[in-house]
Amino acid sequence: MSQPRVAGAGLTQFGEHPERTGRDLFAEAGLAALDDAGVDAGDVEALFYGNFMGELAEHQGHQAPLMAEAVGLDVPATRFEAACASSGAAVREAVKTLRSGEADVILVGGAERMTNIGTAGATDALSIAADDLYEIRAGMTFPAAYALMARAYFREYGGSREDLAHVAVKNHDHGLENEYAQLRREITVADALEAPMVAEPLGLYDACPITDGASAAVLTSAEYAADHDLDAPVAVTGTGQGGDRMALQDREHLLKTPAAADAAAEAYADAGIGPEDVDLAEVHDCFTIAEVLAIESLGLYEDGEGIAAARDGETHASGDVPVNLSGGLKSKGHPVGATGVAQIASTAKYLAGGSAWDDELDDPQVGVAHNAGGTVASATVHVLEVVA
Amino acid sequence: MNDTARDGAYDDLLDAVAAGEGYYLECENGHGWLPPRRICPECRGRELVEAPLPAAGEVETYTTVSVPTPAFSEDAPYTTAIADFGPVSVTGLLRGVDPDDIEVGMSVGVDVGERETTGDRAVVFRPR
Repeated sequence: MSQPRVAGAGLTQFGEHPERTGRDLFAEAGLAALDDAGVDAGDVEALFYGNFMGELAEHQGHQAPLMAEAVGLDVPATRFEAACASSGAAVREAVKTLRSGEADVILVGGAERMTNIGTAGATDALSIAADDLYEIRAGMTFPAAYALMARAYFREYGGSREDLAHVAVKNHDHGLENEYAQLRREITVADALEAPMVAEPLGLYDACPITDGASAAVLTSAEYAADHDLDAPVAVTGTGQGGDRMALQDREHLLKTPAAADAAAEAYADAGIGPEDVDLAEVHDCFTIAEVLAIESLGLYEDGEGIAAARDGETHASGDVPVNLSGGLKSKGHPVGATGVAQIASTAKYLAGGSAWDDELDDPQVGVAHNAGGTVASATVHVLEVVA
Repeated sequence: MNDTARDGAYDDLLDAVAAGEGYYLECENGHGWLPPRRICPECRGRELVEAPLPAAGEVETYTTVSVPTPAFSEDAPYTTAIADFGPVSVTGLLRGVDPDDIEVGMSVGVDVGERETTGDRAVVFRPR
């Protein structure tokens, strides 16, 4: 099967840019991706775009054609919404379209403007990824939802707030090397444990920040990349998506994310690899506990064993399978609709070489990107491999 | 949220819970759900019948929220819990107990209460 190539990528600085409109953010990322890929903009056949809270943050629906216009494209443009997995879902559809031969060049990306509505406003906007009737009206926020999962996990498998603090410390350490990251500062376990509670047992340092930003990537067919002599050594060799019941109360498990496990199984089978082949992973650590659940769902750890991974240094850049070399959502920031494509961009960058991590990584060949929506009622997993 | 239109079966359920006559929907295989449901998402059974909600549930997990949305600003800090009522689990605000005294497994009853910030109705648990 033809394996679509990551021909180029672009990001805005992730951070607090309350005055920047979504269209301005995406224009910067999209143009940077097109420039990085070196493809003729006239060859782009579609925009697949992820955004979650545009109606609430900017009173702007129907964003995809607006964003295509912002990067100078006159192509069919479609918005994908799967909460925080919106642009992961966009990537998946782009990969399927490229494989089918329906298109040779697709711009994928996402953007989110969040800080202009403040912390309370963003907390409210994020909450609507939960079930309105049975969760939001009972006080569920996203930190609360992951806190409910964290407590259930601790009770079943053990683990502590200190273990989670190590996840935050590791990702902040990684983020120091990411020029696009929002929180580029070192933190300690004590800092994390002493931070104010958000939704007990999760504190401020267990949570990713609220972020404005955009991401974009140019994906092409393998044939197009060859014909145009593109410098595109990394391919998307596996794609998977899983779903689960919306509300936590209706799930079989509070301490597992089977949607991500299903997505991973599909993506691994698609790529013809297994978790033992993975050299590095970018996972959806919207909260520290989410990274633990992610690495278990990806099969990098057995259920109940992911909690110790950061503490033991195994997921650090210097460990066996580095997780979130970009700093993850925790340090890099989480402009919701942009996150899935930002993960693809980071994964491709570390695999291609030339990043700050070359000395730590031993010629990595396989990376995975795990993007989760809501309390993982949506999840996408992509496998990226060095093919050239 | 709409100030005028009711949310169908959700509001009907809250009326029933407030009257002490809470129920859930049960399929022929005993899977329980809160309404509205037209099909069991577990076994796809379409014969869903109302069954009485057990009087007591057990707290499965809980969290005390310090950073609320604007609609809960006056409620915070508050505790949200998921309680296991046997065939069905329910999410609600856990009141009437100090957060430090909450334990997984504690027995709670379900009622309908008022949210402090908005006055809207909410599912409320209390120790029993």
